[in-house]
Amino acid sequence: MNPSLIRLEGVSKTFDNTKVLDELDLSIKENEFMTLLGPSGCGKTTTLRIIGGFEKPDTGKVYFDGKDITGAAPNKRPLNTVFQKYALFSHMNIAENIAFGLKIKGKSKSYIDDKIKYALKLVNLDGFEKRSVASLSGGQQQRIAIARAIVNEPKVLLLDEPLGALDLKLRQDMQYELIRLKNELGITFVYVTHDQEEALTMSDTIVVMNQGYIQQMGTPEDIYNEPENAFVADFIGDSNIIDGLMLKDELVEMFGVRFPCVDKGFGTNQPVDVVIRPEDVELLEPGKGSLEGVVSHLIFKGVHYEMEVMAGGFEWLVHSTSCFPVGTNVSIHVDPFNIQIMKKPESEDEEAVGVNE
Amino acid sequence: MSKKLLSGPYIVWMVGFTLIPLALIVFYGLTDKAGAFTLENIMAIAQPERLNALLRSLKLSLVSTAICLVLAYPLAMILKSLKVGRGSFIVFIFILPMWMNFLLRTMAWQTLLDHNGVINNILRFFNLPELKIINTQAAIIFGMVYNFLPFMVLPIYNVLVKIGDDTVEAARDLGANSVQTFFRVILPLSMPGVISGITMVFVPALTTFVISDLLGGGMILLIGNVIEQEFTFTTNWNLGSGLSLVLMVFILISMAILAKYDKEGEGAAF
Repeated sequence: MNPSLIRLEGVSKTFDNTKVLDELDLSIKENEFMTLLGPSGCGKTTTLRIIGGFEKPDTGKVYFDGKDITGAAPNKRPLNTVFQKYALFSHMNIAENIAFGLKIKGKSKSYIDDKIKYALKLVNLDGFEKRSVASLSGGQQQRIAIARAIVNEPKVLLLDEPLGALDLKLRQDMQYELIRLKNELGITFVYVTHDQEEALTMSDTIVVMNQGYIQQMGTPEDIYNEPENAFVADFIGDSNIIDGLMLKDELVEMFGVRFPCVDKGFGTNQPVDVVIRPEDVELLEPGKGSLEGVVSHLIFKGVHYEMEVMAGGFEWLVHSTSCFPVGTNVSIHVDPFNIQIMKKPESEDEEAVGVNE
Repeated sequence: MSKKLLSGPYIVWMVGFTLIPLALIVFYGLTDKAGAFTLENIMAIAQPERLNALLRSLKLSLVSTAICLVLAYPLAMILKSLKVGRGSFIVFIFILPMWMNFLLRTMAWQTLLDHNGVINNILRFFNLPELKIINTQAAIIFGMVYNFLPFMVLPIYNVLVKIGDDTVEAARDLGANSVQTFFRVILPLSMPGVISGITMVFVPALTTFVISDLLGGGMILLIGNVIEQEFTFTTNWNLGSGLSLVLMVFILISMAILAKYDKEGEGAAF
């Protein structure tokens, strides 16, 4: 287990009477690719800016390698940031941009020249030293922004939606680039995004945030397969979220039908949220499953068909490689281990906090 | 074709109000009263009184441009740091005097600064030492700064607001302290605004004759006053035009220096 490199303790932040972060605790390990994921306004960017030193938390502490850096200015922190809109210095050429941090630190010319060469090679832009910022495409500018940050050999690289301004194809290429960079550099990445696919692709750990609270923290597999509450289930991928009644351990009732499941410890006759991923809903011939329904929509998505099935008064989202035309009578079956049970939030407040607290 | 038609009014304007007057000044400046070619009107600048007026003009306009720059840059930084609504309100306050007549504003300062003016009356009431500024070079510089300051603030403010917060944060992130951030990032990026601010203050300050007339008490001649007198008082248009040409050369030289500096500023940062 790697030791924790950055630790946030009870960090709160309020902007214009809006609480953006509330008593946030977060621990980031050395060499980890951690992604803060959530909708806009969830506090993920504020968290990153507090780590970077661009915002001061109202309360709480930030530790780096055990040292309190809560009050340290950004230039006194051993980490560097890649900004969403690149933030390159337009009055300098590419080499001067990359050299900026090293010149401030008073490194020798030969050291700086070597570093520039190395960094440009690392981001696949060899020979760009004399180019102007304006002559580069968005993707190239973002690579230079990354090069400019990593020549300073930070222990942690903070990335604030760095791919947000790029088009889809370029974004996917850059995702693999970032994973490669992370592995070559062997440093910690803290990555902010609202794109769940980006988070699932790149991260070691995903922190799902909403309304200033951490909803769930875990590996991409955990987050996707075992969402802890309806928000996480809904935000990560498509899902069917159904009102259910937990009759007893390992048995849940939905639409008056009993489904065996694998969850325990919710008590008896408790209302719960049931999450079922669309690819886990199996469609069988009428009478062969647990719940009867009719296909109401059908879309071909390439890899699979996306269908909506009206069953039990609920529109089920179904992904399947077999095609059932609109109007077909089907029967729904779900394997017990594909039924994810979550406690219902008791109040709005708790909905924001998440059910595990 | 239609595009060419659209440019018609501007061509008429440029020819009628820029090129023809300029050609006339050049013609008058290079001829004597009989219409024969001569360089006398140009060489007349060498006369000590006129040369002194030119040097005084250069000195006063340089000093007032420098004062404007020193006052305007921090002000523009403060305006940028304010929130949008409040910032533009304060910009508005600074522009407001520009809506009043230039002559009136300057005359108002004449009354205020006069030996028996409002300010001295107040000072006398409190038994404070009197202000002896009217009819001095200091009063002229004061008038120039007062009148031309907005022309320095606005272009600098306009470039400063275009510098993104993330650019400044990137500099801090890369290890620059606030002083290094200012001199290596903010100042170089704002040079275009500084250059146009300098131009917009220096040129009118160099050519003014109203400010020196009203606040200098007609005792301190600037090159603008000398030229004005040739046109209005002695009605020697040829001499006035010749001196104007000399002044124009000085303006062109200063613009060329600025343009060169601006270009260098774009490429090299350190």
